[in-house]
Amino acid sequence: MKQTEGMTLIVKTVTRISVWLILLYGIYIILHGHLSPGGGFAGGVIIALAFLNVMLAYGRNFIKRWVNIGFLHDLESSSAALFLAVGILGMAIGGGFLANFISHGKLFNLLSAGTIPVLNIIISVKVSMGLFVVVWTLSVFHLDKGGKEE
Amino acid sequence: MIVYILCFTLFLVGIYGALTKRDLIKIILSLGIMGYAVNLMIILFAYKEGGSFAILVKDGINSNMVDPLPQALILTSIVIELGITAMLVALSIRLFQKYKTFDITKIRRLSG
Amino acid sequence: MILPFLIIIPLLAAFLITLISGEKDNWAIVLSVLAEMSLLTLALFSFFTTGYDTFVYEMSGWKIPLTICLVQDALSGFMLVIVNLIALTSLMFSISYIRQYSSPWKYYALFMLLITGMNGVIATGDIFNLFVFMEIALFAAYALVAFGAKAEEYEAAFKYAVMGSISSTLILLGIGILYASTSTLTMAHIAAELQTKDPQVTYWVAAVFLVGFGLKSAVMPFHAWLPDAHSSAPAPISSMLSGVLIKALGIYAIIRIFFNIFGAPPVFLMIFMVLGSISIIVASYLALGQWDLKRLLAYSSISQIGFILLGLGIGTKLAILGAVFHILNHAIFKSLLFYNAGSVEMALGTRDLRKMGNLRGALPVTTSTSMIASLSVAGLPPFNGFFSKLIIIIAAVQSQHIIYAIIAVIGSLLTLAYFMKVQRYGFHGETVINEIKKPVSLGMKSAMIILAVLCVVVSILIIPGIREITLDPVVSVIISKTGYIQAVIGR
Repeated sequence: MKQTEGMTLIVKTVTRISVWLILLYGIYIILHGHLSPGGGFAGGVIIALAFLNVMLAYGRNFIKRWVNIGFLHDLESSSAALFLAVGILGMAIGGGFLANFISHGKLFNLLSAGTIPVLNIIISVKVSMGLFVVVWTLSVFHLDKGGKEE
Repeated sequence: MIVYILCFTLFLVGIYGALTKRDLIKIILSLGIMGYAVNLMIILFAYKEGGSFAILVKDGINSNMVDPLPQALILTSIVIELGITAMLVALSIRLFQKYKTFDITKIRRLSG
Repeated sequence: MILPFLIIIPLLAAFLITLISGEKDNWAIVLSVLAEMSLLTLALFSFFTTGYDTFVYEMSGWKIPLTICLVQDALSGFMLVIVNLIALTSLMFSISYIRQYSSPWKYYALFMLLITGMNGVIATGDIFNLFVFMEIALFAAYALVAFGAKAEEYEAAFKYAVMGSISSTLILLGIGILYASTSTLTMAHIAAELQTKDPQVTYWVAAVFLVGFGLKSAVMPFHAWLPDAHSSAPAPISSMLSGVLIKALGIYAIIRIFFNIFGAPPVFLMIFMVLGSISIIVASYLALGQWDLKRLLAYSSISQIGFILLGLGIGTKLAILGAVFHILNHAIFKSLLFYNAGSVEMALGTRDLRKMGNLRGALPVTTSTSMIASLSVAGLPPFNGFFSKLIIIIAAVQSQHIIYAIIAVIGSLLTLAYFMKVQRYGFHGETVINEIKKPVSLGMKSAMIILAVLCVVVSILIIPGIREITLDPVVSVIISKTGYIQAVIGR
């Protein structure tokens, strides 16, 4: 029998369908972070789990072919820098670090609550990429030189 | 009162595990239990009899909501614990590569 | 308006370093040195403009207690100056030292995170925020201890991380109990609320915090992780950990919480004195038996922390002056000694005192600066260590604590003894060593020379005219105890 990467066909098929639903749910949680429970962190974790689902079902090499891990690193770092940039903008315009400087909008609208949705999106990128990269790094630990010496 | 005592028992279970277990992974799990016990305790501090979730609702007034601040604190502390746990797991993988064992009593190249 | 930048600049630098650096570390060095220089300037500026005043910066445009605040008073300014001064010299030392490891740019990113954490702990006026920044600093510290990627370093980092998370969990428990009883997280409001509450609450929380922050500052019964972690880390990181991290996370937090929030209950001052004197004697004794130079220095750190805690415990104005002065002095000479150990390790490939010998010819700068640092840590005039220890001993005598004064004197003598050992075997031994593996670079030399000069120069802070503008405001913040409440709330 041919040794294939990842898990069985059943798992792969289910993952192929469900991963989009998971992603969609994560995005929903992020975008409604200022209206309902959830927000950037919870949504980010869900998105990271979607990526991890693919990684578990299809194997590491599949992910490596499709995504550039270095780019994910950069995305993570730049989202942190972006968060600080929003904070400093608040300092320049609003009168305090992370102060709100755009209109609050109407309560319970999707586009409301000033900078909070923006920050939620930034945090979700940071968390999802960060979590995925952490697990990825742990899973490739045995491949590098650390294991060989001594 | 009984819930606080149970929480504290959970905390003691965690600290017992962290101090006496010999397996690296079990130590990490014990630290997790300890952290969760404290998180649970702080959430319980915020709870009041018959309290409801702490968000605004569209129709009507959500009176009698529980204190939302500890929940925010716990979210932060969970994130921190996630980071520390990832760090510890990474360190224990490396330790396994170097020493070929998870037994803490065999990992003692540092002395004194 | 200065304080937020002390946190924003290193954080931004950390993430920019990870963004722009490839395999080379040139940009990382430029960015981190620039960030650190601006931080030191800002810290000095904030320290000298503050004086006896207190400035409060409220985040995100809300008012306390609804928001996180940053408090700038003489004590936080003083600690910020120490942290950023040592951090700058440590960066100068790291430039060529860290190139012996793989991917040095990661080191600079983590280093900047460490600075972020420490600056945050010092600047913040919110107790949960203190916890968060403490975790950031510790997280960077765990990674940096393991940076050398050798078996011992992973072992030390794992021990450190386990002890660190136990103590952090205890501190979180204390914060939870404080919040449950006072319903606020701003330190000044907590202090004001606690005055109206049953003192029982204070004692319970203080006991939890004593263990938590005791583990962070490695006073004697809680010291087990320190010799491993501080001796296994790369030399510039050892100097950061021993020189400032245990002070920023341990001693500073103890001062803020026990003096400014709890109003220094006498029973805890008593405990500080006892723990301090145990640390002085036992750690000095343990240091005497060490042959590993960095391990000896790590034990020495525990005993010097004991001196600081003893000074705080005596609690008179003079004793606190001594303790505050000793915080600065210990940061300077212990960092210098760890740089010496690092350059010896780099040049000879060993840090075993028995394998070292006469280094005067091979490493002249290292040998002479280590002499200055040893004399200064042992407490010989005219170096800075002499004055701070003298003040602590005089204060102990003045306040009728003769036994503690005797303990401090014995501790100083033991310190002198083990640094005689360092000099006798390590730097002025019998076997003359002429050839070295790697030369000590200019950056390392200048870092050592700067700190050696400071060892002498800092002594002038004790002259009354200069003391009044530098150390006295710091002492007044600590001695006024819950005057902190008025300073923060009643502006």
